Amino acid sequence: MYGGGYVFSDPEHQIPPDDPEKLAEFEARIDRGEKIEPQDWMPYEYRRQLIRLIEQHAHSEIMGALPEGAWITRAPGFKRKLALIAKVQDEVGHAQLLYSAAETLGKSRADMVNDLLSGKSKYSNVFNYPAKTWADVAVIGFLIDAAAIVNQVANSKGSYGPYCRALERICYEESFHLKQGYDAFVALATGTKSQRAMLQDAVNRWYRPIIHFFGPPDQESKHSKQLMRWKVKMASNDDMRNQFLDSYVPKVLELDITFPDPELRKDPQTGRWQFGDPDWAEFYRVINGDGPCNAERLAVRRLAEAQGRWIRQAIMNPQQSVTIPFA
Amino acid sequence: MNPTVELITKMADDALIIGHRHSEWTGLGPILEEDIAMASMAQDKIGHALALYTLLQEHFAGPDPDTMAFSRKPADFRCCHLVEHPNGDYDFTLMRHFLFDHAEWLRYQMLRQSSFAPMAHFANRISGELKYHILHANTLLQRLARGSEESHARLQAALNDAFPLAMGIFEPGPYEQELAGTGVFAGEEILKNRWFLEVEHRLLSWGFQVPALSDAPAGWGGRKGYHTEFLQPLLDEMAAVIRSQPEASW
Repeated sequence: MYGGGYVFSDPEHQIPPDDPEKLAEFEARIDRGEKIEPQDWMPYEYRRQLIRLIEQHAHSEIMGALPEGAWITRAPGFKRKLALIAKVQDEVGHAQLLYSAAETLGKSRADMVNDLLSGKSKYSNVFNYPAKTWADVAVIGFLIDAAAIVNQVANSKGSYGPYCRALERICYEESFHLKQGYDAFVALATGTKSQRAMLQDAVNRWYRPIIHFFGPPDQESKHSKQLMRWKVKMASNDDMRNQFLDSYVPKVLELDITFPDPELRKDPQTGRWQFGDPDWAEFYRVINGDGPCNAERLAVRRLAEAQGRWIRQAIMNPQQSVTIPFA
Repeated sequence: MNPTVELITKMADDALIIGHRHSEWTGLGPILEEDIAMASMAQDKIGHALALYTLLQEHFAGPDPDTMAFSRKPADFRCCHLVEHPNGDYDFTLMRHFLFDHAEWLRYQMLRQSSFAPMAHFANRISGELKYHILHANTLLQRLARGSEESHARLQAALNDAFPLAMGIFEPGPYEQELAGTGVFAGEEILKNRWFLEVEHRLLSWGFQVPALSDAPAGWGGRKGYHTEFLQPLLDEMAAVIRSQPEASW
């Protein structure tokens, strides 16, 4: 579902210098709009940042399964229950696709998962906030998925072939998630007084994480220039945030649900959305591990990995000989 | 109760509750691929429950499916104890899936000839997806049975736990003779014997010790509305949101 708010790392000190001729050829290919494939030459830094990007995206998918997944057993009615299982299942499927795309760059799934569990790799901040009520599921399904689509449609036009192809399929599924999220959102917005109150409360709590979702303002983003040159990053954080606000704020307001930000408005002169200070210090606190649910989410993920270890070990056992075809 | 209603109710309740248990693994599975497979089967099972409750509504003036699933008391449920038990570790989940799904597959194979035409139609319709449930259980168990000493030992222990409970699938209902006499369903005893033939040779070939069939099993009671202590909390959780505002629609 979710990319967004990626944190690219500072270039390492000992980057091997790239062959200037190959680099020029590589950049010319990108300028012509060609896709880079796994077997092609690519700059060291391009590979490193792409691994980081796709890995964070994949982690976000499996961590994103946790807050919503916790509501599967409580979903109200067959329709919502079946839709929610299917949706969370899709997210896990996206993680599988994305880990595979990242593996083409030379890092194994096991290494990526280990880096997630140790806290070395990041994932989207939004999943470090709690889903307290059923209305949170509607807000996540509608607004967070909508934000993710903005981000992923942009990234799907990027330069790395395997990632783009994964994203095309992901975006197709996300558009269904958005529909089910909106449907659940509208049901609450047009429901009883206490359903509306529950929804308003959820929107109030999710507003800031959603503003944070696209990452810090452009002037704070250090690495964007080269990454945009190489089509690793396809749109600036501020542009994507603006596109999201432009498309979805009106859809919420027309349901008589409000946002807890008196400064949120579209500037008629510039056509850009303005909003109050979203406290970027909080964004950095959460991404560095100190959000409301970071510890809990990682603990659940570690438990799931530990519980499944015997199965992975048995399946990967090199001693095992399989002579009978399974199917 | 009408014999056909009784048959459909227990099948629907089994599907709903095992589907609920399977769905608890979503996002927490041992491998991504397995997580996806289990979530897929959870959707199928819950979808079958929905379809069966809909049959009751359409043909026997039953309540709407949401009421059947979310508003009944435990004593009104007719599911077997096997499906009620918590997931435990993946070994129990997997062994239960194997034992239950073989019985379910064979039951629907028998029902393809049912004199109750809507049931025969439904059994034909879902036969394709049930085949994949069996294939999944067989494939993974076969691999794990030979995977490592630990996996083999865990699955043998899970089999020892789940097998007596699986006898509860075949607990005779009050209308066995009527159902057989009218050609709706040939009966639990026939199903149990067919099931044992199916599962026994597989389990033996994977090196497991197979418990004996028992006629006085601990796993009985569910078909008469007597349930384990696990059902009430499960139903409370399932209905938590709906019950918070019974007049609302969601």
